[in-house]
Amino acid sequence: MNLSPEQIQRYARHIMLKEIGGPGQQKLLGAKVAMIGAGGLGGPAALYLAAAGVGSIRLIDDDDVSLSNLQRQILFSSEEVGLSKVQCGEKRLTSLNPDCKVSAVNHRFAPENAAECIGDADFILDGSDSFQTRFDVNQFCHENNRTLISGAVGRWTGQVSVFKSGRPKNEDAQDKLPCYRCLTPQLPETEVSCAEIGVIGPLTGIIGARMAMETVKEITNAGQSMAGRLWIYDALSGDSRNIKLPVDPACPCCSSN
Amino acid sequence: MQLILNGSPKETEEGVTLGQFLKELGLPEKGLAVERNLEIVPKSVYDSTQLEAGDRLEVIQFVGGG
Repeated sequence: MNLSPEQIQRYARHIMLKEIGGPGQQKLLGAKVAMIGAGGLGGPAALYLAAAGVGSIRLIDDDDVSLSNLQRQILFSSEEVGLSKVQCGEKRLTSLNPDCKVSAVNHRFAPENAAECIGDADFILDGSDSFQTRFDVNQFCHENNRTLISGAVGRWTGQVSVFKSGRPKNEDAQDKLPCYRCLTPQLPETEVSCAEIGVIGPLTGIIGARMAMETVKEITNAGQSMAGRLWIYDALSGDSRNIKLPVDPACPCCSSN
Repeated sequence: MQLILNGSPKETEEGVTLGQFLKELGLPEKGLAVERNLEIVPKSVYDSTQLEAGDRLEVIQFVGGG
């Protein structure tokens, strides 16, 4: 499929990048992405992916917009309080870029409805607000060989990684890449949702945009994948760093033992 | 021997494992990850990971919000 004259204009700043170019833009237009959680992280991630020309985005969330969301959830406006997040998101993203086909999935992701929620999406962004959901998403991605782009926030700290569990680190390596449970084997004693511990607004934009960035890289094979690495950002100090993330040989999800 | 824990020097005995060191600190087992010299140490190998002088350790609290 060739790019139309409008598309060449719309994506001109991508097309001039040697790592993207016309072929990369076509990969983006053909990509299928699912977003678990359309909140603080899913919102900015979805806005950037839709703007970038990702062809299909499934927004998965069963929440309605509430007033306490608007301090950080830039996908929504004040008039939308009380309305379904995924329906508002669908409207906003479609008007941002008609190339992007948005599916509003008004469900809470759970193991029972995982296949229905995810559909044929190849790239799964997890910006959910619960460790149990994160474990379930990781399990689904591990079993179904999907690439998981994971972002999380709490208070002033955020983390981003990409998980391609079970796949080799590189072409001739015996070493496998880790999954989310290699980092977080057990459920923490307390849930640490934003509603319980608070979160600084712009942090969700930084982490959500970083999730979109890594998704674009995975789709187009630009640069170095974050698989096997974890990025940690501390907003108070302004410090960030990449840490190597090895496989846990006793991982409850991806270990073969 | 001296380690660097969350950016500050910390004295501990020679030959201590990461598992023993964390017990000394009295940290909870769940909800934390430990980074040693810019690499996460999987929880299952804490007791077989022998610390060395000069190791830089960071205790990372998981965040799970969205």
